[in-house]
Amino acid sequence: MLATIGAANIDELFIDVPAEARLDGPIAGLPNHASEMAVERALVKMAAKNATASTTPFFVGCGAYKHHVPATVDMVIQRGEFLTAYTPYQPEIAQGTLQVLFEFQTQVARLTGMEVANASMYDGSTAMTEAVFMARRITRKPKCIVSAGVHPHYTSVLKTLTRFTGDVVEAGTPVFTKGAPGDDLAGLIAQIDAQTSCVVVQNPNLFGHIADLTPLADACHKAGALLIVVVTEVVSLGAVKSPGEMGADIVVGEGQSLGAGLLFGGPYLGLFACREKHVRQAPGRLCGETVDASGKRGFVLTLSTREQHIRREKATSNICTNSGLIALAFSAHLTLLGEKGLKHLAALNHARAVQLAERLGRVPGVTLLNSSFFNEFTLDLGREARPVVRKLAEKGVLAGVSLGRLWPGEKALQNGMIVAVTETATDEDFDAFEDALDEVMA
Amino acid sequence: MSRLYTQDHEWIDVAGMQATVGITDYAQGQLGDVVFVDLPEAGRAVTKGGEAAVVESVKAASDVYAPVSGTVTESNPALTDDPALVNMAPEGDGWFFKLTLSDASELDGLMDKAAYDAFLASL
Repeated sequence: MLATIGAANIDELFIDVPAEARLDGPIAGLPNHASEMAVERALVKMAAKNATASTTPFFVGCGAYKHHVPATVDMVIQRGEFLTAYTPYQPEIAQGTLQVLFEFQTQVARLTGMEVANASMYDGSTAMTEAVFMARRITRKPKCIVSAGVHPHYTSVLKTLTRFTGDVVEAGTPVFTKGAPGDDLAGLIAQIDAQTSCVVVQNPNLFGHIADLTPLADACHKAGALLIVVVTEVVSLGAVKSPGEMGADIVVGEGQSLGAGLLFGGPYLGLFACREKHVRQAPGRLCGETVDASGKRGFVLTLSTREQHIRREKATSNICTNSGLIALAFSAHLTLLGEKGLKHLAALNHARAVQLAERLGRVPGVTLLNSSFFNEFTLDLGREARPVVRKLAEKGVLAGVSLGRLWPGEKALQNGMIVAVTETATDEDFDAFEDALDEVMA
Repeated sequence: MSRLYTQDHEWIDVAGMQATVGITDYAQGQLGDVVFVDLPEAGRAVTKGGEAAVVESVKAASDVYAPVSGTVTESNPALTDDPALVNMAPEGDGWFFKLTLSDASELDGLMDKAAYDAFLASL
């Protein structure tokens, strides 16, 4: 068969793997065989070397948040009817799945203050990119302005995906300003011109700062551009004014905080919502409510001519799926909380973050940069933060994310550290953080 | 000038350098029930044979091409509220858009009614 495809031997099928990455013999240190028990023992011993979010005081955020997910959520999503049901293209046998998607969409639309939400995308970063493409289609303009307060990994994903689409992306470097770290909203407004399709901002931004986006929304609309707002901590919508109320045209975000857990990076949940007048340009699956031939309520995927299995290269996106299981988990968690519970959870997150910010701000050499925040804030340590984060980890505290890790080489940002606090952090965790920081900063 | 037709089943009525474009009865029958029409905005430049509009039925979404080059002056507002007009009156009230021609000689390649009917018979 090798001869049939023109390969002399099996190694020739791997020529695309760079030579330096190819194995040239057996893997060093790996025994020829071992019993299941011995393998398990060895791996458990290796894993015990990790300081994990569930075993260590944990204050890392920046786009993924450790919240408590009730056991009920897992019980719901593990049900066979949900877990193994296939993709709902045949509505007559998929009403359970479709009803969940419809309820999920309703929840996302209400949370974001928008008119329509889709059935979810892969994650927040790709949802943001899809929003930029949608803005370009609607406005027919080439340039997208991305605020420096947006998560740099999100901006990096946008730049990767726009390399071949001709979209012009203007993204800046964040400001390390006391009071309003990250964005420069006045600067963004000044950047808008006749070529601008959209301005993308994150709220709360990467540094935790919260802003009133209404002036920015007005400036965008005056220039015929759209405002895209990114929300990476969805629990914030239980306390912060929704992007829809502030004039956003498209709201995207990451739903991971509700239902998913950290999951070592994924699968996560892209949220996507927009104004009804733009719905035909929206990407992703849309579930609609309708009536069947007997007049009974039913649900069905709709507006399918946006999708590639109908329109191919003219589709609004190449996505032909959604993050179904995680959307279900999100919906289940949010249903358990209810509106009251979500507001309570948000208030709790904020109160705890305020407490810790006050305590850490009293450590000599440490200054809180934010004048406003939800459950995440930025500290100025007065010295390079990256080694401090490492030393704190050695003392058993996973303290946050240094700005130097996100922007290596950016001198103005090197002293910054972003700290996230959720309802899962205990007073003992706070004590451990304050004590360790005192020692490291001394 | 009498109505002219394209092989993609668009019709065009020309008066001087102004024209009205729609799709033929044959086309609407092939499409099935029309549910949405995506029309070009006034001021949009179109080229002969280029995509000018999209007509969406329960079965499919199809491109509608500009029979000649020019600039769109208006689209049929009635189609926004009542896309079914395309099925009911495709060659009358269900017109799609009007445009100003940029090159009248492009009309030379189009079919008259007799030629179009013969073309349909051959399909």
